[in-house]
Amino acid sequence: MNKEVLIRLNGISKAYDGETVLDHIDLEIHDKEFMTLLGPSGCGKTTTLRMIGGFETPDEGDVFFDGKRFNDVPPYQRQVNTVFQRYALFPHLNVFDNIAFGLRIQKRPDAEIKTKVKDMLALVNLKGFERRKVSTLSGGQQQRVAIARALINQPKVLLLDEPLAALDLKLRKDMQNELKNIQHQTGITFIYVTHDQEEALSMSDTVVVMAHGQIQQIGTPTDIYNEPINAFVADFIGESNIVDGIMLDDYRVKLAGHIFDCVDKGFGKNEPVDVVIRPEDVDVVATEKGMLRGLVTAVTFKGVHYEIIVDVKGFKWMIQTTDFVAEGETIGLSIDPDAFHIMKKSEFSGMFGDYSSFSDELEKLSDVTEEIEEE
Amino acid sequence: MKKQSVFERIAAAPYVAWSAMFIIGPLLFVVFFAFTDANGSFTLDNILSLPSYSHTFGISLGFSLIATTICLLIGYPLAYCMSRMSERARNVLTILMMLPMWISLLIRTYSLMALLDNGGLVNGFLTGIGLPKVTFIGTEGAVILGMIYDFLPYMVLPIYTSMTKLDRRYLEAASDLGCNSVQTLFKVVLPLTMPGVISGVTMVFVPSISTFYISQKLGGGVFDLLGDTIERQFQLADTYYIGAAISLVMMILILISLAIMNKFSDGGEDIIV
Repeated sequence: MNKEVLIRLNGISKAYDGETVLDHIDLEIHDKEFMTLLGPSGCGKTTTLRMIGGFETPDEGDVFFDGKRFNDVPPYQRQVNTVFQRYALFPHLNVFDNIAFGLRIQKRPDAEIKTKVKDMLALVNLKGFERRKVSTLSGGQQQRVAIARALINQPKVLLLDEPLAALDLKLRKDMQNELKNIQHQTGITFIYVTHDQEEALSMSDTVVVMAHGQIQQIGTPTDIYNEPINAFVADFIGESNIVDGIMLDDYRVKLAGHIFDCVDKGFGKNEPVDVVIRPEDVDVVATEKGMLRGLVTAVTFKGVHYEIIVDVKGFKWMIQTTDFVAEGETIGLSIDPDAFHIMKKSEFSGMFGDYSSFSDELEKLSDVTEEIEEE
Repeated sequence: MKKQSVFERIAAAPYVAWSAMFIIGPLLFVVFFAFTDANGSFTLDNILSLPSYSHTFGISLGFSLIATTICLLIGYPLAYCMSRMSERARNVLTILMMLPMWISLLIRTYSLMALLDNGGLVNGFLTGIGLPKVTFIGTEGAVILGMIYDFLPYMVLPIYTSMTKLDRRYLEAASDLGCNSVQTLFKVVLPLTMPGVISGVTMVFVPSISTFYISQKLGGGVFDLLGDTIERQFQLADTYYIGAAISLVMMILILISLAIMNKFSDGGEDIIV
């Protein structure tokens, strides 16, 4: 990847009516990078995006673009284009005129506009849609028009604000692939905002996890998944059991009353820590062979595996296993040393990672409210 | 279209009866009288005599077009500014716009007359500071001013409504795609608020072209507008056949201009008439 820094945010803060939305954000965005800002609603990701687009000005801090201070440059003078949440296609224009909008403002010759719009429509798989009214298009088609309308201006950076949130699952998957292809073909830097961790992991070069107006962690999808920096990140990215532990020594951690070997080091002697164990990293074994013992309290069939909730000394673990176990059964658990990921205690300790109140239904419910709040 | 439920039909019944009695009925009468003579037999004479009123049609059309245009030129920027103000300021201004609408049109016209009269407030002020009197009443300007004064709120409010309904995201999208604020106004705001403009134009143009008291009071009887002519034909019972014919042609003219205006809105969204 090209390592040239294109955009730099320096100590950005923003508050609305005294409520802090962004709290001293520092961020570097590299040329040709696919970067995702990931976080729950209200974490400040959309505000960060709008700073780069020019729709918000920071209360504190500076935005640099190509090394030049950028704070007060209005959106129409920025080499940045946006795909808005719910698209904001102009309802009084047809597909062609929507896509041609930017070039017409630049007063490009008609012939050029015609060719470029045609190329764009081909790129987003909408050949022959020129004369359609935007109101007659499906969500996915409107999405593509919005992307074409932004890309035709050949921006240095494309900002995408939850662009797939309104699409159904199947379409969303297709569009994810398509967006990635488009990014490869055009070589434009993408900054993508989403609250969907799966989307973030599968599309991005770099993921920026945000919470409470602060950046929690910046890294590649693999880093973020395997080496979460605190309980918030561990919980937000995928499923995790986050257990209180004590780092007895380098490579030795005590949790749930058992001393485990692990591969982490560099903590203080007997330092309290948060320990992340992913559900797929716990093996179900015979009771007498287990390092831990627990009672199965719930079993859900997920197709590829079973998802079981196991009560180990009052703490509920989620475990994914391909072997069937029955509810009410007592099982043994075995964990390899490299399955542990040890994190320093943080403000998020104890808030996440226990599955005692877990249910699929609840999770779906909270997803829906999140999308509504995002409006 | 979906079939109406019994409840919907019952709910609509009072209005259907009302419009049959007071809208459809009178319209049929107008059409009937326009094509009959004093003996009640069919004739085209009424319609054929209309060319002698072409001057009346001309100045009526001219006055109301000028008044409508000026209302639009004042009203559109005003509505635009109002929609961008703080909510408090907006509400105050909206009330100020509505306030005159609560007063009878006739009284407003009389008060304007009191201002512009030879012995009125404006001339009193002018003579007070040693300037010569100006004759307002009986000039084209006074009549057009009266139309603007009476009908301006009907221009502003529908445009203002469509401005406030305008989604901010479209403005952001325009700015994102390279529009400065002037370009945004002409490329996005204006086309998207066209339904409001059409409503406003209609609501000013139609009463302007058919008014009679404004020209009587402020025109000092000098200008014979369509409304005045129609009123006179009906007052002098003998010639209400002519009055009906003029009314009919005027209605058709208005319908034609509405149709032309609707073309502009590109078959656009809901138009509040």
